[in-house]
Amino acid sequence: MSTNSAPLSAQSLSALEAPPSGGASGARDFAHYLATKVVAAVVSFVALLVVGFVIFNLMPSNPVEALTRGRPTSAKQIAVLTRELGLNQPIWERFGHYVVNTLQGHLGYSFQFETPVATLIAQRLWPTILLMGSSTIVSVWLGMWLGIRSGWRPGSLLDRLSTGSAITLWSVPTFYLGIILLVLGSVGFGPIPPLFPAGGMSTPGTVGGFAISHIIDIARHLVLPCLTLVLVVFAQYQMIMRSSMIDEAGNPYLLTARAKGLRDTEVRRRHVVPNALLPSMTLIFLQVGTMISGTITVETVYSWPGLGYLTYQALQIPDLQLLDGTFIIFSGSVIVFNLLADLLYRALDPRVRRS
Amino acid sequence: MTAATSQAPAATAPPRLLALRRFAREFAARRAAMVGLGILVALTILALAAPLFIHASNLDVVNAPGQPLSPPSMRFPLGTDYAGRSIVPLLIWGTRPSLAIAVVATALTMILGSVIGLLAGHHGGTTSRVLMALTDWFIALPTLPLAIALAAVLGQGDTSITIAIAVTSWPGTARLIRAQTLAVEARPFIERVKALGARDSQLVIRHVLPNVAPFVLVSGTLTVSGAIISEVTLAFLGLGNPTDVSWGSMINQAFFQGAVSAGDWWYILPPGIAIVIVALAFTMIGRAVENILNPRMARKP
Repeated sequence: MSTNSAPLSAQSLSALEAPPSGGASGARDFAHYLATKVVAAVVSFVALLVVGFVIFNLMPSNPVEALTRGRPTSAKQIAVLTRELGLNQPIWERFGHYVVNTLQGHLGYSFQFETPVATLIAQRLWPTILLMGSSTIVSVWLGMWLGIRSGWRPGSLLDRLSTGSAITLWSVPTFYLGIILLVLGSVGFGPIPPLFPAGGMSTPGTVGGFAISHIIDIARHLVLPCLTLVLVVFAQYQMIMRSSMIDEAGNPYLLTARAKGLRDTEVRRRHVVPNALLPSMTLIFLQVGTMISGTITVETVYSWPGLGYLTYQALQIPDLQLLDGTFIIFSGSVIVFNLLADLLYRALDPRVRRS
Repeated sequence: MTAATSQAPAATAPPRLLALRRFAREFAARRAAMVGLGILVALTILALAAPLFIHASNLDVVNAPGQPLSPPSMRFPLGTDYAGRSIVPLLIWGTRPSLAIAVVATALTMILGSVIGLLAGHHGGTTSRVLMALTDWFIALPTLPLAIALAAVLGQGDTSITIAIAVTSWPGTARLIRAQTLAVEARPFIERVKALGARDSQLVIRHVLPNVAPFVLVSGTLTVSGAIISEVTLAFLGLGNPTDVSWGSMINQAFFQGAVSAGDWWYILPPGIAIVIVALAFTMIGRAVENILNPRMARKP
């Protein structure tokens, strides 16, 4: 997990900054770029399906037994399952079925919940999107704010404080940070009263829907898990923004801006920040992988009814078809977001688009 | 160091031994690195000596001496756990699986990463492209879902956690080693070795590997703290050995047996603090090693 959670390494930056091939027509050039990136994403997805197939269909010595673990099964049911899963067919045929089923959204059946996996994932998708979305927004804002200020004055008190705390938060496992915040926020500690609910997404027995009270209830449940994810992730955005501010600060156009008589904050706000934002914006998309790993443990700690908690629940049996489903969804979304990052970079930076 | 002292051993000691001495001297001059090393040495001794003063009865859930979840007292300095066992011996015993898994998983990661990196760096062309595409693919993939999937299929236990960590953390090392292999193979002495008729395996093992070995060490020390956090995370999710005591399983039990909602800090804080201390110690050592061996690569604070 260290490779993924390490501060953005040089290779992801250089991958983004690869100069596009110069062509006569910009539109054709873009089509070519788009095609290359989409093909690469499709290849990645096929590789993902191979890995999913190997892990969940080839590695268990007896898939039927692995599937029905924790449930009483008769010999007849086992025979039916063996035929349904096609275990008597050659591997290539099984892989073909696996690919076709996955692409059609047939992700298997969860014996634990007695529900198709696709239905379960659809139910649990929105809480995860809400949690990841809100914490991404907050951590991007916080990271940018701190990164702009600490990168503008490297070595200042703010810079040292924020960089130091970022490195410390780094050494704390995400789930443990979640537990500590859970104790502080929902159990109360010493003079601190319990301020927030301990888990779940809404108070049981309340009316759902779009009633104001229900939305406030969900927001109160969201605070602690969201805060945990923000504390884990904001440091990445801060570091990215800090280094791209430092890069930009060396440029001669700052001298011009100052010579015009702009105040320091104006130089920063109008000239440096817009340029420094460009590389950072796309890197936000590349952080989704870290976010997903964090979501699994944070949702487990707060029993937030999303895909991460679903993964944890599946793990307890283990419910392999369900795990297969969440694995494909999590990893697949990273591939999609990486593709978006590539396209966004191209779209945002006019210098790259024109050349 | 003066010219005389540097010249005298040069006549007797081989150059690699000299480099090792220089490395040790530079390492000793760094306070953070020595603090980290001190913590690790102390913990390793504690972990190895644990069976001498902790008996199976201290770790047995049945016949636990105290009341469940009682706060610290004279008899139980850090209180008791959900079964009434004293926390102190559990905490000390937990050092063993946590350190062992992290070290073994890191060693596996280094072997996997170095082999792939050396192969990709030595053989250009298709081999290199395929291996690097594989590495990039693994880097992009979120590690925790993959590790969970692997560990779930392999079953609960230390072995499956170790394998899951190694399989998900090698790509960074592979990239680094490939880059260093390319750099080493561009040096003139490799041409001489080739001209003398060395086989591929001989070239890589005898000449390239010793030159990239320091980078394997750098990568390794930085990987361990990540491996510890991964180990604890997987154990917290319930993938650890159910019969053993580890820091991750302690937090798992504290959390799922209700100590967290009761606010029993004596049960929750010690394993977490232990994890952070060990992770920080490895990070301090890793950064120092990185700075000494590879000042150009060292990341800025």
